[in-house]
Amino acid sequence: METLSQLFAILLSTIKDVIPIVVIIFGFQLFVIRRPIPHLKKVLFGFAYVIVGLALFLLGLEKALFPVGRLMAQQLTDPEFIRGSISVVGEALHWSDYYWVYIFAFAIGASTTIAEPSLIAVAIKANEVSGGAIGVWGLRLAVALGVAIGISLGTFRIVTGYPIHWFIITGYVFVVIQTFFAPKLIVPLAYDSGGVTTSTVTVPLVAALGLGLASTVPGRSALIDGFGLIAFASLFPMITVMGYAQITEKVAARARRKREHEEMEHEE
Amino acid sequence: MSNVFVALGRSMAGSLRDLLPIVVVIGFFQVVVLQQSVPDLVGLLTGLLCVVAGLTFFIYGLEMGLFPIGEVLAHSFARKGSLPWLLIFAFSLGFGTTVAEPALIAVAAEAARVAAEGGMIEATEQSMKSYASGLRYTVAVSVGLAIVIGVIRILKGWPIHYMIAIGYVLVVIMTFFAPAEIIGIAYDSGGVTTSTITVPLVTALGVGLASSIEGRNPMIDGFGLIAFASLTPMIFVMAYGMVI
Repeated sequence: METLSQLFAILLSTIKDVIPIVVIIFGFQLFVIRRPIPHLKKVLFGFAYVIVGLALFLLGLEKALFPVGRLMAQQLTDPEFIRGSISVVGEALHWSDYYWVYIFAFAIGASTTIAEPSLIAVAIKANEVSGGAIGVWGLRLAVALGVAIGISLGTFRIVTGYPIHWFIITGYVFVVIQTFFAPKLIVPLAYDSGGVTTSTVTVPLVAALGLGLASTVPGRSALIDGFGLIAFASLFPMITVMGYAQITEKVAARARRKREHEEMEHEE
Repeated sequence: MSNVFVALGRSMAGSLRDLLPIVVVIGFFQVVVLQQSVPDLVGLLTGLLCVVAGLTFFIYGLEMGLFPIGEVLAHSFARKGSLPWLLIFAFSLGFGTTVAEPALIAVAAEAARVAAEGGMIEATEQSMKSYASGLRYTVAVSVGLAIVIGVIRILKGWPIHYMIAIGYVLVVIMTFFAPAEIIGIAYDSGGVTTSTITVPLVTALGVGLASSIEGRNPMIDGFGLIAFASLTPMIFVMAYGMVI
């Protein structure tokens, strides 16, 4: 019964999110373009599926994953758990004592990105547009690796207290330089994948990790240092996606050269 | 009829596979690292079932509703050839989908707390509320502008990396002038603005526009709208922090 009322509440808030979009789309369609929408019934059903699907998805996350994940973020950042691995009590914690936090950040960043619905959408579209040259799984794994690296580096920053803009600015410089060496076709998609990664699944868990860490590490303020993980998670996918394209291009070029070589030998 | 069930079963299996890594990670940390039992197994399993079913429905509806409507709109705007209407549409789509975004509302409220604690505004409920809603509208306007700029870029075929690089330079310069308390929030605000429903719609719009205009490559020109939408909020939020 409780679940049902919860589902109803989530469904209502999802519909509330969708209303502005529906109003804008159908308003422009009716008053500006003045043309009936092709396959209107199918499109409406599609919207209904998206709303129901998103509501079920959020309900499930709220019931199953978020409570455990949040609790886990709290427990892993608890100084008592981290001290458990050190023999001398009372000694100040070193940044390397937080290794479980970094590993957790890496694993949770990668796994939540794989399940991120908006990334799935973009990957499907990119695969379709590129005529299959960009694999759905290749893109998703590349983005997941980027988020994983980003979030574990972000937790390292919270532990050590280095200013966030050092990392972000260095990252920007790297992205700009890498752009000149990456295949042209991938660049816009790589830039997009930075913003796509962080929505429904990743943000709540990652925010819990950041706030938990910032409130237990001595000398950090939850309000100032708790933020910034999302920024890391949107920066690194750009680098890994361009890297993915660079590697696949190199592999394809090598295969082509090998084939040409063999053909030449054949002709001789 | 049986075909439908086969297709549904297959996409359910796909969703299950998408979800498996999270389950493994959380299970591993719970049992091996933290050495605790898994609480409320029944709730966990029903929750997972909901997530799998939800993801399946979402992807099904995506290809049925969101992708086609985005493309249809792009094609009809391209055929109509009215630039002002296209830009007005782009702005309203960016503004309208962002202003009500729950993640943004949460971040804005959080930012107001930071500002009050840092002494930038009075620590009363009234001034915090107006700070938060001011921030929310600022971000929504910036996303609207981002989509407008992105659409103009698609029409003109400008290369994206110069524009993004200029945006980065702006972000870096502003970082040195913005109050320290706002920087973390500003950097994060770029990531939270683009929701699960907006992303597929905006992507379909960009790709549709690029493929219906002659001389544009959907791969090179079609993507990139999201990138603008995650960049401008950073600039605008820091500007907001500097002005207030």
